[in-house]
Amino acid sequence: MSSEWVIDAHGLEKSYGSGTSRFDALKGVSVQIAAGETVAIVGKSGSGKSTLMHLLALLDEPDQGTLEVAGQTAKSLSKRAVNELRNKEFGFVFQQFFLTPNVSVLDNVILPLKIAGMGGKERRRRGMEVLTQLELADKAGNKATTLSGGQKQRVVIGRALVNAPRVIFADEPTGNLDTATGAVVEDILFELNRSQGITLVIVTHDEELAARCDRQIYIRDGLVVQHTAARSAAHSAAAPTNTEAHSAAAPTNAEAHSTAGGAA
Amino acid sequence: MRTKDLIISAISNTFRSKLRTTLTVLAIFVGAFTLTLTNAVGAGVSQYVDAQVGALGSPDVFIITQASDASTAGDGPVKYDAASSASVASQQGPPGTTTKALTDADLASIANVAGIESVDPIRAVQADYIESESGTPYEFSINATSAVTTADLTAGAQLDGSASAAQLVLPDTFVTPLGFASAADAVGTSVSIGITDILGAKHVVAATIVGVSLESLLASGAGANDALIAELADAQSGGIDTAVTSYGVAVAHFDTALSADGITALKADLASEGYTASTIADQLGAVQTVITGIVGVLNAFAVIALIAAAFGIINTLLMSVQERTREIGLMKAMGMSGGKVYTLFSLEAIVIGFLGSALGAGVAIGLGSALSAVLSRGLLSGLPGLNILLFEPASVALVIGLVMLIAFLSGTLPAQRAAKQNPIESLRYE
Repeated sequence: MSSEWVIDAHGLEKSYGSGTSRFDALKGVSVQIAAGETVAIVGKSGSGKSTLMHLLALLDEPDQGTLEVAGQTAKSLSKRAVNELRNKEFGFVFQQFFLTPNVSVLDNVILPLKIAGMGGKERRRRGMEVLTQLELADKAGNKATTLSGGQKQRVVIGRALVNAPRVIFADEPTGNLDTATGAVVEDILFELNRSQGITLVIVTHDEELAARCDRQIYIRDGLVVQHTAARSAAHSAAAPTNTEAHSAAAPTNAEAHSTAGGAA
Repeated sequence: MRTKDLIISAISNTFRSKLRTTLTVLAIFVGAFTLTLTNAVGAGVSQYVDAQVGALGSPDVFIITQASDASTAGDGPVKYDAASSASVASQQGPPGTTTKALTDADLASIANVAGIESVDPIRAVQADYIESESGTPYEFSINATSAVTTADLTAGAQLDGSASAAQLVLPDTFVTPLGFASAADAVGTSVSIGITDILGAKHVVAATIVGVSLESLLASGAGANDALIAELADAQSGGIDTAVTSYGVAVAHFDTALSADGITALKADLASEGYTASTIADQLGAVQTVITGIVGVLNAFAVIALIAAAFGIINTLLMSVQERTREIGLMKAMGMSGGKVYTLFSLEAIVIGFLGSALGAGVAIGLGSALSAVLSRGLLSGLPGLNILLFEPASVALVIGLVMLIAFLSGTLPAQRAAKQNPIESLRYE
């Protein structure tokens, strides 16, 4: 695939249910994500931010709008191609860990490789490599349920990382962790972005986490309300964080010049 | 996902919820256990019946009698003809009917029917006793049809029909009383058979034991070859030649290559000549129908148990799918296709089916073999050669295969449900 990995979405609309129970989760959202950048999708519960991530990650199909992944229209891709894209190029980190209980840490980490059909030896080698990178090598044989929250989330990151993806989608990656462990997990994610150039798409309502990203997309009631522009070269870890920002609509970066959102 | 990985995952997933899997496996176990046993009973009994059929006669043999007179009753009495009319024997037909005996003329006309290769009358001889060198005589009977039958031998060889020397196949119950150390020991020795002729005079005929046979359920008595039968019959007749030789039954050989239809046609031909022909299979047909029926009913019960177990599999897997909704969602999010998810859950059903059926069949074979050994020495010792439970590898494999098929079919619904799951809905937590 091209090194200029781009997700380009225009006018995405998505609704659930029908009639009076109809709920419009997204009402026309356009976002572009360039290769190697870190993007935060920020919004409150029910704002539609998770739905947006699902559409960008090809986990769901939009009702309206177009989505291009690496120059290919998502709609034109076959089911198999979409599955392969998610398997090979995307990694997922969820708020809840979704680790398979009673299965070893290593087996949990190599699940995407198993699905990809990689051989057993190669799988284990790659899995151990990732676990070593995340300082979890000594836990490889442990059952996933015996780990602490922070360790679990590191395993989840390992699982997202094991297939050497181009993009990691993280949905509230620190939502289930205390501040200290959350910070460690954040550091790992941003370090991956810096050292391996993995694009990060982070869905969060945590302003501090959002501020560490290159760019923030604020979502409210299914619309982009504010879109902070990408900073030139500086990467997230070096960026100053705005600890006073609490409102979802507030700008979080001094250099960011806000654009009026809500364009449907 | 590779097939090997799918199978390994399916097996390890099966053991994830041990109690639930165990209970489901137990339900299948009961069905597979029963089915294996009932099949074994069927196989054991049919093998026994087959051995009995062998004792009764070869497959290429008709037992021929005159057609029953009952059917011609409406025509009034038949005129007596000294040359052709034979005495009426009431022994051969069903009770209450009379059957005319066969004469030499009848034998000639049977032999003329196209398709019949040879026809031999069966001459009944009533021996009095058998005596060996040990000196004690024992009451003794000879099976008149033994010349055309195949004995269920424990030692020695079958009778040689063309031999000119008198040969005898001894039932194994006579071995010890006659003073032989073993069945093999008896083979080759000479015995004396006592017989009384029609005038009351006693005769003794010598014969050589060529084989020792198991007692048969359907054909009792010792076997004698044509030479011995002829010698005994001559002694029995006391030198008096009756005007018309009559026989109750004749045995006709037909071409072994004849198809079932050909045999039916041949029977019709014989019937039009006024003879009733029946094969050994016809005579045993009723017995076999009953056995097949009983085994069928037992099998039906086993299958009902399996159907009940199938619902257990459906239930177990539905619960499993429910519990693992998020896991399924995750796998699908990571690019696992619906088809692979379907295969995974189907395989889990098959693994459960295999576990239950392999265990059921294994325990059935173990217990059944022990039970069979005990029964053949105790309750069923009167039926030598009967192995009440016969486990045939093919039928055991068939049972396991059938159960796995039922398991697969039961897994269809849950597997479909899992395959159809939407990754988003499975992972939704907002």
